[in-house]
Amino acid sequence: MTIGRDEVEHVARLARLRLTDEERERFTAQLAAILDYVRKLNEIDTAGVEPTAHVLPLRNVTRPDEVRPSLEREGVLRLAPRADDGFIMVPRVIE
Amino acid sequence: MDPTDLTLHEAAEAMRGGGISSREYTAACLERVRRVDPVFGAFVEVYGEEALEAAVAADRRRAAGEPGGALAGVPVAVKDNICAAGRRAGCASKILDGFVAPYDATAVERLRAAGAIILGRTNMDEFAMGSSTETSSRGVTRNPWDPERVPGGSSGGSAAAVAAREVPAALGTDTGGSIRQPAALCGVAGLKPTYGRVSRFGLVAFASSLDQIGPIARSVRDLALLLEVIGGHDGRDSTSAEGSPRGLAGGLDRGIEGLRVGVPEEFFAAGVDGEVRASVEASVGRMRDLGAAVVGVRLPHTPYAVATYYIVATAEASSNLARYDGVQYGLRAADPRDLPDLYERTRAEGLGPEVKRRIMLGTYVLSAGYHDAYYLKALKVRTLMRRDFEEAFGRCDVIATPTAPTAAFALGEKTADPLTMYLSDICTISASLAGIPAISVPCGFTAAGLPVGLQLMARPFEEGTLLRAAHAYEQATDWHRRRPPDPAPARGGGV
Amino acid sequence: MSDPSAAAYEAVIGLEVHVHLKTRSKVFCGCPASFGAPPNTNVCPVCLGLPGSLPVLNEAALRSALLAGLMLGCRIAPFSKFDRKNYFYPDLPKNYQISQYDLPLCAGGGLEIEADGRRRRIGITRVHLEEDAGRLVHTEGGAGGSGVDFNRTGVPLLEIVSEPELRGPEEAVAYLKELRRTLRYIGVSDCDMEKGSLRCDANVSIRPRGAAALGVKVEVKNMNSFRAVGKALAHEIERQARALAEGERIARETRLWEAEAGVTRPMRGKEEAHDYRYFPDPDLVPVVPAAALVEELRASLPEPPLRRRDRFADRYGLPAYDAEVLTAERETADYFEACVAAGAEPKAASNLIMGEMLRLLKEAGIPIREAKVAPAGIAELTRLVAAGEVSGTAAKEVFAEMFAAGRGAEEIVRARGLAQLSDEGELERVVGEVLRANPQSAADYRAGKAKALGFIVGRVMKATKGRANPGLVNKILKKALG
Ligand SMILES: [Mg+2]
Ligand SMILES: [Zn+2]
Repeated sequence: MTIGRDEVEHVARLARLRLTDEERERFTAQLAAILDYVRKLNEIDTAGVEPTAHVLPLRNVTRPDEVRPSLEREGVLRLAPRADDGFIMVPRVIE
Repeated sequence: MDPTDLTLHEAAEAMRGGGISSREYTAACLERVRRVDPVFGAFVEVYGEEALEAAVAADRRRAAGEPGGALAGVPVAVKDNICAAGRRAGCASKILDGFVAPYDATAVERLRAAGAIILGRTNMDEFAMGSSTETSSRGVTRNPWDPERVPGGSSGGSAAAVAAREVPAALGTDTGGSIRQPAALCGVAGLKPTYGRVSRFGLVAFASSLDQIGPIARSVRDLALLLEVIGGHDGRDSTSAEGSPRGLAGGLDRGIEGLRVGVPEEFFAAGVDGEVRASVEASVGRMRDLGAAVVGVRLPHTPYAVATYYIVATAEASSNLARYDGVQYGLRAADPRDLPDLYERTRAEGLGPEVKRRIMLGTYVLSAGYHDAYYLKALKVRTLMRRDFEEAFGRCDVIATPTAPTAAFALGEKTADPLTMYLSDICTISASLAGIPAISVPCGFTAAGLPVGLQLMARPFEEGTLLRAAHAYEQATDWHRRRPPDPAPARGGGV
Repeated sequence: MSDPSAAAYEAVIGLEVHVHLKTRSKVFCGCPASFGAPPNTNVCPVCLGLPGSLPVLNEAALRSALLAGLMLGCRIAPFSKFDRKNYFYPDLPKNYQISQYDLPLCAGGGLEIEADGRRRRIGITRVHLEEDAGRLVHTEGGAGGSGVDFNRTGVPLLEIVSEPELRGPEEAVAYLKELRRTLRYIGVSDCDMEKGSLRCDANVSIRPRGAAALGVKVEVKNMNSFRAVGKALAHEIERQARALAEGERIARETRLWEAEAGVTRPMRGKEEAHDYRYFPDPDLVPVVPAAALVEELRASLPEPPLRRRDRFADRYGLPAYDAEVLTAERETADYFEACVAAGAEPKAASNLIMGEMLRLLKEAGIPIREAKVAPAGIAELTRLVAAGEVSGTAAKEVFAEMFAAGRGAEEIVRARGLAQLSDEGELERVVGEVLRANPQSAADYRAGKAKALGFIVGRVMKATKGRANPGLVNKILKKALG
């Protein structure tokens, strides 16, 4: 179960990363080495072990349904690389 | 005496007693930054003028008899991944070019409320991904003890700034050792609080289930003071624990008589440098001399910590960093052909190789067909590691280990092989995965004159015990008083 | 289904419905959850996904989700959590949506519907809470692009997934309408398709009638009204039937309903294999609904609309149509029952509410709870009519005044002199006057023209401003003309 170039390319596409040929080669080798290392976890029997997604036993953390001030629109739009007429602009999206 | 030799609490006390003004002290820090930072590169931005203005204002308030906060007039630096309103928060990444935070992180808000002056932002590994501050897009930070060596990472800028007397204390962030390891490599003290102790609101996420903000300073008392200021419940962070850390500084001097210090053999195994091991073993002996009981404990899943960590942390990171896509803020690739082009090129140009590598790894371990084999498996091993600690803490009150397997390594030494770099976190990662508090304090020097760190870990929310033990050790030794040599003047200009 | 080949197939439809929960603030931040603000004004670091921001769950959104789950007969999960659904899209600021994956808040419910006069219970697979995405506005032309408005980002959404048990467009529409009524009954959502507070996607497949195996599933999106859902599904079923009849294979794909062309077409966007890489959101902690909370919510559940409709017909003897109209909204049904409780005769109250009341409310643009007429007022008015003290015609006038001014029926009748005139002496005097003034009509009647009587009665009514007791007038007239 080792990672190949095609899989690296697939993962890069999922992550929206465009790789150069050189990067693809390098990442393939490096990820293969790292995955080979992390597979040592298979030495451990985890049958019946609950996964830990959160370390604290916190539950049901909520806030009251109250409106708080929003940001000034000008500030939000100023952060954006491109904005027009109150909207943040991106190349046309085709559905 | 050079005022920059004052620790945080000494400076605060001197200001309260009229021995020094905030303006004088802040100016001395800024002068020190001007002189040494061109060599060390600890800061990415210094707020010189504003800091001096704030210092003058603090002096004026003090003169008017206004009661100041615990840190009134004291300058503190903040890592580049913590938001302060109106300031950049760059995470040492090109992709956040031009991003100005519209709000304060809770930790920054609390620093300000206590009267602290934010002196500037410190360098780091890009998005806190690294153990040497070499992945920064803002250039490397150098170790004040040897500028040809790394300061550790990812909070390398904060640790170097504190070690080099540029500032008495700084906030860092720790996901797998990013406060403790650079503190150890730079010969200063650093605390990773219990997960949930310090609000993460305003901390730019790397791996949300592991990230914690914590202080780096030149004394344990300073760490206690800072944790009292920045810690405590925050309604804006769902993972923030109830309650507030109180009386930490006050409880420091109670000594460690009867305290049980656990020593896990797994942390002294192959890979730990002989000099480091000797220093840490000697410091455990010193704690015994101070009245502590030393017991052997086992943490059997330690050999799996790095593997577990690099799955959990990268999985979360792949999702946390998806938002950097050129749409709403930061970098956008020029003239995108269409939306996929905008996404892919912005991220290709804006993110460095280590960040890309981790995003790739994290995406892979969550992807269809691999999720259970890698991600879910790692979460289960994480459970076993937490159980290890629960059992060990049945037999002891603190656990003592090296902070890092080696002293500071040379710049460039580990950049070619990511796995070797990952293994430099081998001693710190376990506490991160278990969510428990851990501290690093100076405990010796190698023959080459490089600092070595002692790591102590405690049960969740027992920072009091941890700080007390570290303080007792610190007070019985003088490693923390050593000062790195002044650097030869750098070529080129300042920050 | 007009295509003959469709008759050979059976449709299998499952609906995935998203409704906006009616909270003041968004699901994970304090921005207003309201509709219609100028673009990018209801936004903050959290719903914009700015670096360092963190979500905190809105308590009211959680309550509403649990309430909806209970109303739909679901089990409440003893342990639930939020997960991240990872995909890149410009309306999704973090490029992941906070949703629920393997442990939804509510699961295993059902909803009774009525279609073609038959009742059926449609299974509900799950109900979960998630955040809405932003809105994209497309502009034309080369220099154009798509604009993003993040106001809607983070508005609480309830996703309700049905079992694939709907057998045709009629059932699907009936299910949607019943779901809308039901959710409006508990006040958790407006379910307004026009405003986008109820959205519906469908999974449609067909199989030869009687076959057990399921066909290839096609997802249909972009249906923006109940009508659109009915038409789109009918079209899609027909399209699939025709394709199968011609020996084609159905592609597993997502299609968009094009209302103007009346067809579904495949989505143009690159249909990448989705891999959402779900994992528990580390920024949000698990939800373990307290038993006391669940019981409190369960105890507060109203009678479901369909069951209430049945009861209205049974208990109050109302025609099916009345029962349906009166129970369409919970407030109307509550109001009706309050009228009955205050002593109103059910059918008379139904007539008043369904006629005058709903018309005037619509004209005024207000909900029934804001009407100035108290149920006791309706009871009073129907009693006056039944007792012959107010005529039916005058009753309308009285009600209009009650609605406008909020005064009591008797008070209005007295003040405006609208009490029915039943004084025989007085009526004989008026009838005499009318006959004297219209001798021709009297003669016509006597000559056998029955219609002439109506004219004379009309004159009497006019002379008494509609107050004359019609029965008495008839009696006196017949005697006088006898
Ligand atoms: Mg959904
Ligand atoms: Zn918001």
